[in-house]
Amino acid sequence: MTDPVTIWVPCDSAARSVGADMVAELLAAEAASRGLEIRIKRNGSRGLFWLETLVEVEIDGQRIGYGPVSPGDIPGLLDAGLLSGAKHDLALGPVEEIDFLERQTRVTFRRCGVISPLDLDDYAANGGWVGLKRAISMTPSEIVEEVLDSGLRGRGGAGFPAGIKWKTVLGETRTPKYICCNADEGDSGAFADRMIMEGDPFTLIEGMIIAGMATGAEHGFIYLRSEYPDAINTIRAGIDIARDGGFLGQDILGSGRAFDITLRRGAGAYICGEESSMLESLEGKRGEVRAKPPIPAFSGLFGQPTIVNNVLTLASVPMILSGDPGPGGYAALGEGRSAGTQPFQLAGNIRRGGLVEAPFGVSLRELIEEYGGGTLSGRPVRAVQAGGPLGAYLPEHQLDTPMTYEALAGIGAMLGHGGLTVFDDSVDMAQMAQFAFEFCAEESCGKCTPCRVGAVRGAETVAKIRKGEDVDANLVLIEDLAEVMVDGSLCAMGGLTPMPVRSAIAHFPEDFASSGVE
Amino acid sequence: MARTDETTGIRPDDGLSAICARYGNRPDALIEILIDIQDERGQVADSDIATIAEALNLSRAEVHGVRSFYSDFSTTPKGRCVVKLCRAEACKAVGGDVLVGAVEKRLSAKVGETSPSGDVSIEPVYCLGNCALAPAAIVGDRLIGRANADMIAEAVVEALRD
Repeated sequence: MTDPVTIWVPCDSAARSVGADMVAELLAAEAASRGLEIRIKRNGSRGLFWLETLVEVEIDGQRIGYGPVSPGDIPGLLDAGLLSGAKHDLALGPVEEIDFLERQTRVTFRRCGVISPLDLDDYAANGGWVGLKRAISMTPSEIVEEVLDSGLRGRGGAGFPAGIKWKTVLGETRTPKYICCNADEGDSGAFADRMIMEGDPFTLIEGMIIAGMATGAEHGFIYLRSEYPDAINTIRAGIDIARDGGFLGQDILGSGRAFDITLRRGAGAYICGEESSMLESLEGKRGEVRAKPPIPAFSGLFGQPTIVNNVLTLASVPMILSGDPGPGGYAALGEGRSAGTQPFQLAGNIRRGGLVEAPFGVSLRELIEEYGGGTLSGRPVRAVQAGGPLGAYLPEHQLDTPMTYEALAGIGAMLGHGGLTVFDDSVDMAQMAQFAFEFCAEESCGKCTPCRVGAVRGAETVAKIRKGEDVDANLVLIEDLAEVMVDGSLCAMGGLTPMPVRSAIAHFPEDFASSGVE
Repeated sequence: MARTDETTGIRPDDGLSAICARYGNRPDALIEILIDIQDERGQVADSDIATIAEALNLSRAEVHGVRSFYSDFSTTPKGRCVVKLCRAEACKAVGGDVLVGAVEKRLSAKVGETSPSGDVSIEPVYCLGNCALAPAAIVGDRLIGRANADMIAEAVVEALRD
């Protein structure tokens, strides 16, 4: 008797949203009825979403891909010889050699889509816990030094150097200290945090433990949005499995060091992705932003020294500490002060949507055209919104901008969380500008006036412009309002809402020109 | 249902205390507690506030303030099946607004409303993290990518059957 053939079917929620569970079920049933010995394993997603459900057959250690597979394709695939990696219309060849994947530099996402997310053996066999074990043998200062040397910056949007945050918290003598993972990935166009949490949860957990070791914190919280039920289930299970395996608790791997993690769910508030609002929410309160200073490193959760890092920031730490690529290797990947790799997310009207992890400096055009294959509709790209709902709309002529924090800031844009939402030429940019204000009005925490009132007045004023009422005067009003919101808001919600609005007006004036404006 | 004490506003226990106790009556777990109440009872009613406040040693105003801040909590019962339609940019880029109109017609309810039968509520949501397979919707806990009105209606039928 031969060993059963291993077939991988993703359990990622995006793959499930197009039928991955049914593919797995039917594959098992159909194979059984034919007397074929198969073993179905569930992986995360590789991030090639236009190919989901992407089925992979493991042959001599190599994984051969088929996709997009619908349940109805399964009998035909088995007839053709799926189990021996045979030719078929849906055959993609070795998955690692698919151009979209092969040309990426996967560091943070190296295991995502490769391993079974909650399988500790899979995790360990693919480089898991190497960073933690090294960290255990190091002093806190040595760990912080490596994170500093890597040049890793906060992936949540602000891009603040992670090592400096860590160093500040390490220098605080008050205890307890906390590690808070911001998993409130609310930006439209962003799904990288979700993919890691569903596809490789232990890498996040490992990163948090290392952060604890580096700063003397013994407790961590993951603040995870309610819109991600699968990620909640996976992280919850992952924490329990890690604890049972001795990776969390009072004595981690016999080191005598303690660290544990509590999962806290969000309840449908975009603003809770703002770090001070998230801390309020973690304390069980309304998610109203705090005035800064003090920064969380001095006075964060329950007034204690706290690291707040995004999922991707923490999930990159194990690779930096593991020596593969290590701090120097990681820093060398990027460009200037934008060190390392960034998981870009291709979203919206795009033919090949998904996750592209690439060194900073890759151009927007390469991402949208070469990776993404242009629009899904086949019409010309008119605008790309970079960095989520608070990010700028970029026109075609800015697509050659290198994706670095600095270059984007130079054109009045931002990287944010790396989401890139593509629109074709049917988009009405005045409508999108109005939506930017409406979204702010809906999601503002209400604490400061420029944001709470400005968003409402902004939406009303754009609506007037769209109806052709006093266009010139109302455009002046919008600019005035934008200035007040940028200068006077407590946090980035009010402070950045003008960014999509101003960029839409600047680059697409024809959409606002109901009367007399060029 | 048990009568409310007129002076304290506290109702005799009807399961709320048990939910609070699940989290050790910790005030910082208030949101977790409200999520469980919403999940298990379909709403966080005005009459629940006093009991929760008492258990967590918070003021009623604090509990009320938190409940009203987060959009996941409702003060009236939601439909047996909740459909959330993504209204954010990535879904708008591929016809999300058109989808909303089609679903509203199909399910006989507008966004923000519950159908006359009480079966289905439609709610807006801002991003489900399925932006490469937009437009996206979630029916109960089932995420749907490249969604159309037929797929959503079918998922509703299945959800109501379970």
